[in-house]
Formats: sequence, structure tokens, C-alpha cells
Amino acid sequence: MMFRLINRPVWRRVFNRIDVEHGPITLDRQRIFILPTRHGLMFAMVLLLMLVGSINYALSLGFVLTFLLGGMALVSILHTYRNLAQLRISAGKTMPVFAGQQASFTLCLNSSSTTERYAVGVMLEKQHPQFIDVPARETMTATLALDAPQRGILRLGRFTLFTRFPLGLFRAWSVLDLDMACIVYPQPDTARLPQLAGVQGLGDRAITAEGSDDFRGMRPYHLGDSLRHVAWKALAQGRGMLAKQFSGQALPELWLNWDDLAGMTTEARLSRLCCWVLDAQNTGLSYGLRIPGSTLAPGNSEVHQRTCLEALALFGIAPHKNAHPTN
Amino acid sequence: MRYRFAMFTLRLDNNTWLLAAMALAIAPHTPRLPIWISLLCLAVGAMRLIEVRLPARWLLITLAAATAAGIYASYHTLLGRDAGVALLVAMLTLKLLESRTLRDSMVAIFISYFLVITHFLYSQTIPTGLYLLLVVLIITATLIGINHPGRQIEPRKQLRLAAVLLGQAVPVMLVLFLFFPRVPGPLWGMPTDAYEGMTGLSDSMAPGSISKLSQSGAVAFRVAFDGSPPKPEQRYWRGPVLDFFDGRSWSATAAPDPKPADITVTGDPVSYTLTLEPHNKRWLLALDLPAKLPPASRLGPHYELLADQPVRQRLRYRAVSYPNYRAGLYPGATELNRSLRLPALGNLKTREMAGAWKRAAKDDGEIVQRALELFRNEAFFYSLTPPLLGINSVDEFLFDTRRGFCEHYAGSFVFLMRAAGVPARVVTGYQGGETNPFGNYLIVRQSDAHAWAEVWLKDRGWVRVDPTAAVAPRRIESGLAAALPAGEPLPLLARMDNAWLMQLRMSWDTLNNDWNQWVLGYGQERQYDLLSRLGFEMASWKELAVSLTAGVGALLLAFSGFMLWRRVPVGADPASVIYQRFCRKLARAGIVRLPNEGPADFAQRTAMLRPDLALSSTSISELYIALRYAPHPNASDLRQFGKRVRAFQSQLPD
Repeated sequence: MMFRLINRPVWRRVFNRIDVEHGPITLDRQRIFILPTRHGLMFAMVLLLMLVGSINYALSLGFVLTFLLGGMALVSILHTYRNLAQLRISAGKTMPVFAGQQASFTLCLNSSSTTERYAVGVMLEKQHPQFIDVPARETMTATLALDAPQRGILRLGRFTLFTRFPLGLFRAWSVLDLDMACIVYPQPDTARLPQLAGVQGLGDRAITAEGSDDFRGMRPYHLGDSLRHVAWKALAQGRGMLAKQFSGQALPELWLNWDDLAGMTTEARLSRLCCWVLDAQNTGLSYGLRIPGSTLAPGNSEVHQRTCLEALALFGIAPHKNAHPTN
Repeated sequence: MRYRFAMFTLRLDNNTWLLAAMALAIAPHTPRLPIWISLLCLAVGAMRLIEVRLPARWLLITLAAATAAGIYASYHTLLGRDAGVALLVAMLTLKLLESRTLRDSMVAIFISYFLVITHFLYSQTIPTGLYLLLVVLIITATLIGINHPGRQIEPRKQLRLAAVLLGQAVPVMLVLFLFFPRVPGPLWGMPTDAYEGMTGLSDSMAPGSISKLSQSGAVAFRVAFDGSPPKPEQRYWRGPVLDFFDGRSWSATAAPDPKPADITVTGDPVSYTLTLEPHNKRWLLALDLPAKLPPASRLGPHYELLADQPVRQRLRYRAVSYPNYRAGLYPGATELNRSLRLPALGNLKTREMAGAWKRAAKDDGEIVQRALELFRNEAFFYSLTPPLLGINSVDEFLFDTRRGFCEHYAGSFVFLMRAAGVPARVVTGYQGGETNPFGNYLIVRQSDAHAWAEVWLKDRGWVRVDPTAAVAPRRIESGLAAALPAGEPLPLLARMDNAWLMQLRMSWDTLNNDWNQWVLGYGQERQYDLLSRLGFEMASWKELAVSLTAGVGALLLAFSGFMLWRRVPVGADPASVIYQRFCRKLARAGIVRLPNEGPADFAQRTAMLRPDLALSSTSISELYIALRYAPHPNASDLRQFGKRVRAFQSQLPD
């Protein structure tokens, strides 16, 4: 009985037990807490002083002013609460980043009611808050930035939505843990692809060469074809998305091998491979990746690059499936 | 240093708001402040406006110390009302010089709110109240602005939100105002300067003192009579009685008799409620002669009504007076002796004339008549601007200048009487008053201040004699304005030439009177009165606390209900509201629209699930799409749409 009472969502929140949740969260009574701020307490002291002064000097209008301001402070509790109430928060897009960069998590704040919300703060622990206004019946986005020190999966973790609007005397807040994660690729090191070493700018030449006699014909564009091969002229003429085909593209097929990097640590190998993937993609080479556990057939496209980088990022890590962090 | 001239194209940022709020809060204090503080405010305001770099901390502390020293030099204290206000204004101004963080701005806002309340120490009139309400609105809008970090909020919205907050606070304020337990009297000692600047009668009378007072149109007191008011010539409001003359001014004897002498009353009593403006002295005004006294007061040795404490707040009391009375038939010897005393020297011509009268007269009454005849028959003039008098002031007035105000006539008359051996004294107070037809009460102003005489006659006791009436009878019957000869400068409010203006003035006074009685005069007494009317037998703190909490709680509940559960979306597209209704109807039949489902898809799915509804739901959806996405949807389509959705229900078999 006692446990069930304690285990109600509101109490779980009071005792700082925040559950990880999917999908849109609507801020309801059980989620929003409200307490006076330091300034609120200071204001209470000022009001007390004004009240004592009014009594001492028998100032009728002093009573009027004191009670008016007191009433205003009380009413502001409702306004502050309403500024958060029924706000819908859902996860937005997150883009993968390289280790050492900052990952940005986009949150969508939706105000379905007719009340405009002002200065809603979004904040990760120990970071500066970001304030946004959410007009009535609109969705605004907030971006939380988090350092991504190492490759793998970076979870957003807990964040706080709060507001002190309109008077700054009370602070309403809600601590949430939306299930949001970002893939962090290994940090690429600076070594160049050995096949390209010393052949600076080969990539560029390879690309400019595409306009030569080796042009073979066109075929419909498939997702994954390099955008460099799109026949933009044809698209402009209204013939649809077509990809150019080159017969003379005698670019070597390249295998990026884990085993070629013997003697290095795992992370160093991943960094090197990461660098090679980027290099190979940029030069337009057709490249494949061979690492323990997976082999990716050669190709050259944005999707192929992403698949390779993800394989490197998640190397040795269990696939991300609602992994609850252990706090 | 960075100057921003774009500032002057009215950029309403938080800085400007804060400056405006503080300027408005400080402004009414400036006439009372030393000029250098006002200049300091202006300088700091200008510095903030052009965004000069803020001074370093050490400079600020030095500046604060110097300001405090300056205030000490100006007031010789840092405590008390005036010095306290000056200090508050200066500190608020200097706070502006270190407003860097949110916290600094919040503190500045709180001091501004506090500064608003200090104005009530000086004035609590309706215009003051309205002005300060505006100031509070601006301060609140500023507070909202600084709690909206980042982009500036629209000024119009800022003001509207402030007005909404204050408007919603009004009912809470009313409940607290009515039910918060009122305790009478100050909680601690008041600063000595708390009551300076109150006008009223003084406890001495020199030539010119009453004529100066009568320039003021300020209200001295208001009287509501239970029955009909007494006739104008009976409206003598008794104030301090002066029985000591030092050759120039009259004052009250330092050691008065302990008890007033006997009083016999005849005729009908006059009962009235008098609301006295504070004057920081102990006397209460009462119609000659008071018989039933208000609480916490006593009758002085000269039948003057004295309060136990100086009147420092507007005081409302009931009294009963008898216009027909006989007082002091058997006075003590000291009282009579005191009423015969004159300075040893001076005013020889007057003494000679009085001596001649005494030798010729059969009794004292005849001497009084001789004196009144002198004033009536000789060329004496009633004037607010008499010539200045020298050492032998009575001689000069009676034989040379012959122009004077009531204090000249009363003073010289009493001198004459004493010189002729008739006990006499000066009575000051007010005479007359203006009837307010709207409020049915009498207004007595400082311009009605008056001085008259009392002589002691055998078998008649103390008799009122008004020598001014002999010179200017209309002063007594119709007031000051009627009595002064044409061309005399008049106190503004004593003029009565314009009927329309008069009416306006009277309505305004009625409003002020109600304000005084019900708003400013709302204290313990009225609170108990209200509570007993509401059914509380004996109002105790407990009951007050209960009504307070219940009242405020109910109000907040009502507000939260209104604010948080107002589900009807105001201003929503009417077509989508009707479409929602359609969806709800389908939901009741088990067909729920998915969040990501468009109206066309939903209609398609409905047709699949319920072929009987295919036709109607498809046509409704088509209409809806047309209404929502057409560039100019027309009203008849909307009506058609509404009709279809209404009809839709009957087609649903249950």
C-alpha cells in the first residue's frame, strides 16, 4: 500500500526518480512543480515591511498597495504554472557527430492551447538555459548542445523545462528524460589514405574528368547515388532526376581493412578507418570496409558513407535498444 | 564610451522601462527633496540612457557614502520620514549604476514598489492613488520585461499582461483589505517629523496669523448633522481659547484651571458627526458649547474640547452641542483675574479710552456696547491685507490704520475690555461652513478660520461677542467671500461666483468625503461593523483569519478554473471546430482518426470500415478540405458544412 502510494508518478518525481520516456510528453499536473524563487522570498520580505509600515502609520492606501501586490504575487503562481501546463514536448532530429564535437539535440515544444507561452527555459544540468517563446497553437524548437567526447551512442539524458515568467517570483519546472540519442563517430585522425598519399588533389581531378568522353549515358537516379552525378541540366529541363553514367571511370576499388592496421589500439584503428572513409568518399573512390564482425561491400554514396561510419561508431557496442543509462 | 543616438527613437528595452518606472516613482517626491538629490537622479538617468560604462565598485561605494553624508548634512539625521525617503531615493538611483544582473534589476524594482508606498505618508488623496496605480502598472510591466530573457517582449503585450495581473489581484486585495485584522495605533514610536506640514489653528494668535491661514482652501473638517444644521450665525466652532497677551500676540495660559466652570443648557441640542482632518494638535472642534463628549476627550478649562492624544489621523467623532447655554456663572477668582491681565506698558491711548468708558458706564454690558458701537460707527474696514503694525499695535489699529482681519478686531476688543475692567478672552476656531447639497453635510475650510471674544458679565457668565460681526456682518452670515470688499484678493476656494464651478467642486468634495470615510477611514471600528453585519457575533482574530483564507482561497480557485480549464479554443478556425465534432461522432462509432491521418485518408478508411457511411463522410471531408484550403472560403459553404455534420448523427445506427 505504502509502496504503491510512493510509486505514483508524482512521488517518484519528488524523489528524483525520472523515467525515460518515448514520444511526446504533455506536461500535466503530475509533472510540474512550482516553488518561490529567491527573488520571490525577497519580495515577500518587502511586502512584510510594507505591511508593518502600513499598520504603524495607519496608511489605508498602504494596505491597499500591499494587498494588491500580494494578490498579484499569488495570481502570478497561476500564470507561471499555466506557462508550462499542457505544453507538449517531443524529440526532434539529431545529427550524428564526430567524437570531440558537440552533439545537438532538437526538442519540439508544441502549445496546443490558445495561451502564448513566454520565456520557457530548456536546460541541461549545469548548463546555461535557452529561453524560447511558444506562440499559441504553434511548435517551436529548442536545441540542446552536449559535448560528445567519445564514439558510440550519446544519450541526451535528463533535462529541465522551467519558467519564471511573468514576474520571476515563482519558478515552475519539470524534469524530463526523453529517449533521445545521437550516434558519435570516431574522431578521424589526420593520416591520409595511403593510396592517395602524395597525389594531392587527385580527387578533384577525378571529378573534373567526369565531363570527358567517357560519358556513357543516363539512368534514373537512385537514392544513394552521389549528388555529383545528378544530371542537373536534365532536371532543369523537366526530365526528372537522372544520374550520369561513366564508362571510363577506372577508379580503383578500395578496401579499407581493419587488419592493415595491426599494432594499433582499437580506438586508434577506428579513428584511422574513419579518416580513410571520409577521404575515400571525398575523392569519389569506390570503397569497402572490413572490420571484425562486419564487411561492407564497396560503394560511393552518402548512404554508404553513413553506414560505414555507423559501423565504426558502434564497433564493439551492443546495438542501441532503449539502453537505460545506469546513473 | 559608447553613445547610442538611436535611443531617442523610442527603443523600449528593459533599461528604458526601468528608467521610466523609477522616474515616475520618484517624481512626486522631488518637490520635497533637496535639489541636489533630484539633480543626482537626473544625472544618473541620463548616464543610463546614453549607456555610459558603469562605474567601478569602489567608486560606487564612495558615491553612496558621499550621498549619505550629504543627506545627513541636509536633514541632520538619517532617520525619520523625510530623511528616510531621501535616502531611499538616493539608494535606488545609485542602484541603477550597478544594474548588471537580473538580481540588480529585481532589487531596483522592489525598491521602486517600496518607494510608491512612501508617497502615502504625505498624501492619500484620490489623484495620488490613481497616479500611483499607474506607476505600479509601469513597474509591473518592467518586472515582466526583465523576466523575459533574450528578445524584447512587445510593449503592448507587456502592459496588457501587467494590467491582467493587477486586475486579477484586485479581488484578492479587496478581501484582504476588508478582513485583514486592523490594529489601532502605531506599533512603535513615530519619527518626530512624521506629522509636519499639517495645517490648522495654532495655539497663539499674532496679527496676521489667521488671515494667513484663511488663504488656504484646505478642508479643516466636515460635519454631518443628525437634524437640520444650525443657522449660520450660530455656527461657531470652538477651538483654542487664548487668555494671555504679551503686547503683541495672544496665547493660552501655561497652567490652566483643572476643571471648566458650571454650564447650564437650554433649548434643543444639536447632534452631529464631525470628521476632523489631522492637525497634529490636541483640540477637537465642536459647536459652541459641547455637552456630550466623544470618547478619549475631555472639556478643557475654557470649554474647549481636548483629545487625549494629538490628532494625527483623520478623526471621526460624534458630539452633541447646545447653542443656547449659560456658562461660568460662578467662576473662580484666578480665572477672572487671568482674564483681566494686561502687559504693564504700551497702548496708552486705548487704556485711556477704556478708562473713560468705565467711568461713564453703569455696568459692564454698556462697556461692551460702547466698544461694538465704536467698530460699527467709525470707519473700520475688514481686510485680508491690513497694514503692518508697530509696538503699540492696539493703539495703531484702533486710531490709525483701522483696517484688519478678525484677529485684529478680537484682539483689540479684548484689550479694550480688560483695560476697562471687564474680564475677557480671545476664542479662536472656525465660523460658518459651506453646505454640500450632494452629500448633505457641511464643509468647514481653513478659510473659515475665525477669532472672536468672550466677556464675563455678572448673572450671564461667559458671553460670546464677535466684534468682526459689528464691522462686517456678512462675514458671519455668508462667509468670507461676501464680507470682503470688492478688489480684495480672495482665497481661490472662497469664491462663489460661478455656479457651474461650484457644483463641480461640491461633487468632487462629496467624492473625497466618501473616500475619506470608507477607504481611508476603514479601521478597526468599521471592520467590526462590517463583520457584525456579515453575521459574525464577536469578531475575533480567528474568525478574521478564517474569512481571509476562505476568501483568498476561493478567489484563487475561481481564477485557476478560469485560466487553466478554459477548453474552448478562442479564435480557432470555425471549419476545424465543426470537423472536430464530426470526428467525435465517428469516434463514438468506433472509428478514431489517427493523429497523422489527413481528412481524405480518414474518409477513405471510414468508407472501408463502414460502407453505409461512405457517401456522407466523403462529402463532408471534401467540403472540409475545400473550406480549409480554399483561398477564399465563403460563409454559405461553412453553413452547409455545419448542416451536413449536424445531420450526420442521425445516420449512425446504434
